[in-house]
Amino acid sequence: MKSLSVFSHFALRALFGVLAFGVWNFASAEDAIKVGEYGAFSGKEAAFGLSARKGAILAFEEANAHGGVLGRKVELLTEDNQSKAGESATIAKKFVSRDKVVAVLGGNPSSNSLEAAPILQNAKIPMIAISSTNPRVTEIGNYIFRVCFIDPFQGTVLAKFAKDTLHAKRAAIITSVNNAYSVGISKVFREKFTAAGGEVVIEQKHSEGDKDFRAQLTAIKAAGVDCIFHSSNYTEGALICIQARQLGFTGPLFGGDAWEAPQLIEIGGAAVEGTYYSTHASPESTAPVMQNFIKKFRARWDGETPDSIAALGYDAAALLFDALQRAGTTDSAKLREAIATTKDFSGVTGRITIDQDRNATKSAVILTVKNGKFAYVETIDP
Amino acid sequence: MSEFLQQLLNGLSLGAIYALIALGYTMVYGVLRFINFAHSDVFMVGAFIGYYMGKLVPENTVWGGLIVLVVAMLGCSVIGMVIERLAYRPLRGAATLNVLITAIGVSLLLEYSGQVFFGATPRTFPAVFPSVNFTLGGLVISSNQVVVIVVTALLMVGLQVIVYRTKIGTAMRAVSLNPKAAQLVGVNNDVVISFTFGLGSALAAAGGILYALNYPSIDPLMGVMPGLKAFVAAVLGGIGNIPGAALGGLLLGTVETFVNGSQWSTYKDAIAFAILIIILLFRPAGLLGKATIEKV
Repeated sequence: MKSLSVFSHFALRALFGVLAFGVWNFASAEDAIKVGEYGAFSGKEAAFGLSARKGAILAFEEANAHGGVLGRKVELLTEDNQSKAGESATIAKKFVSRDKVVAVLGGNPSSNSLEAAPILQNAKIPMIAISSTNPRVTEIGNYIFRVCFIDPFQGTVLAKFAKDTLHAKRAAIITSVNNAYSVGISKVFREKFTAAGGEVVIEQKHSEGDKDFRAQLTAIKAAGVDCIFHSSNYTEGALICIQARQLGFTGPLFGGDAWEAPQLIEIGGAAVEGTYYSTHASPESTAPVMQNFIKKFRARWDGETPDSIAALGYDAAALLFDALQRAGTTDSAKLREAIATTKDFSGVTGRITIDQDRNATKSAVILTVKNGKFAYVETIDP
Repeated sequence: MSEFLQQLLNGLSLGAIYALIALGYTMVYGVLRFINFAHSDVFMVGAFIGYYMGKLVPENTVWGGLIVLVVAMLGCSVIGMVIERLAYRPLRGAATLNVLITAIGVSLLLEYSGQVFFGATPRTFPAVFPSVNFTLGGLVISSNQVVVIVVTALLMVGLQVIVYRTKIGTAMRAVSLNPKAAQLVGVNNDVVISFTFGLGSALAAAGGILYALNYPSIDPLMGVMPGLKAFVAAVLGGIGNIPGAALGGLLLGTVETFVNGSQWSTYKDAIAFAILIIILLFRPAGLLGKATIEKV
């Protein structure tokens, strides 16, 4: 019977191994509150995702240093969608079925959030979008929230800015046709600018990833406009600025918060000098909460200055922790209720109140590029 | 009128780059009768070699720019020859489909190794050539556009000379006509094919640098769209035909630009490709291609 005993010995050890492993696994699931974050950490939208992730990581580390949330550690699981269509949905499914997360942060470009949100809504897992400004995102369901303002507001702000600050009368719009964010914001800008007495003389279109805009810009220049509004991302934005200047257009160019990335200046160089964009918050703001955040962020990320997306990433995580504390549980229905009733939450990007449509109400700022750096111009209230 | 001329210039400078890439497709097809899909990724590698070289030479100088251009062309011709030696030569004589699938494999290999080595985040291409704008009436001409058109024209003339006036060019045409017979009269097919790949890849590198100069944001997948357009340009002009590739590239670039500047810009690729289909309906061998009967 020797061989049997050897066999049973091994079998027993194996069994213990499985048990021990299983228990350990179970214990860790019980201990840490898991939160998923998806975003573009590589590819052409990477600047947004990386900033948001750094902000969120900072918030998680702080929470853990202060003893966690509800007496438990919080754990952030991040997944890269590589700036590719379809990936965000895959990640959301992974979060739901494999990682069993309590809540999900993320979604920078609205197109990503629109992919992931329906899956999370079905699974009844609360999602807090970080900088997705398209109104349709939170319309997907009652589990979808955001910490940023929405396109109509940004379109309104930019129309107001073009009319009052730039004194523009004839504007051109450049829209990226396969970007939900861009189409949404262009539409509102057109309505508000026209309502304020301006005229949108010409609207030109391009696709994501296009690099040649000379054709569109030549047509715009021939139409005779005071300013150009480009509603898509920083890579295209910077190339548009370069080509517009090469073609001899001298008026101001401006964009929405999708222009906010160091790459705008890196790629655009001298051509983006004097261009403007609207965004959520500015590191140039002197508010103590912002200054404090900048100090902490620089200490954690080798002296890097946070942009507004990083601040939003931090706010999304902090708002979630606040809601978890108020809910007193990780139960998804109660957590949802707690996030929905957030009122006057003091975030880095301003006081955040979640309204009945699950959007954040707050103010916007206008920044410009001056001597190769972003500089504050003005704050515009809702 | 000045808007029309401006768009024409924009279109020609875009088309010149398509033409440069198309030449590489057409040369390999002419000699080996297969489409080298990895060509558009050699184009990308060329731009990245230029990116790293651009950091070593002073910016905004003509000689610095020329050094970057030459080094990228040499580097890519070596890469092109290595690809041919390792991936395509073992398959010589195999069914066309096998080689085609291998070409797609090499293309994906280059794209995703590029993401590993260079990173997937777009880089900013340095301004290696000095850039100035001229104004001519209402027309604004940027020196980069002039550089693109001039370099493309020079390379195209050079290529014509190599193919029709040199010994190696005669050998290339001989291999293209009948590889077995060429071998019988003493042509070393391996050397000729290697040379073809080297030359085609050098043109792709030049295209990559010129493209990056005009649109200074480069990433490992930057070759995909221009590569597809250039392939179409090569077919449009008559694949295997050198002036045809140039004509196809210029035509495609110009049509695309004019559609882009109109209110139908959303349909620019649809319209450009519809024109391709119409041309191929009437001239199945392309604009300058000769219809040949496939031997079975």
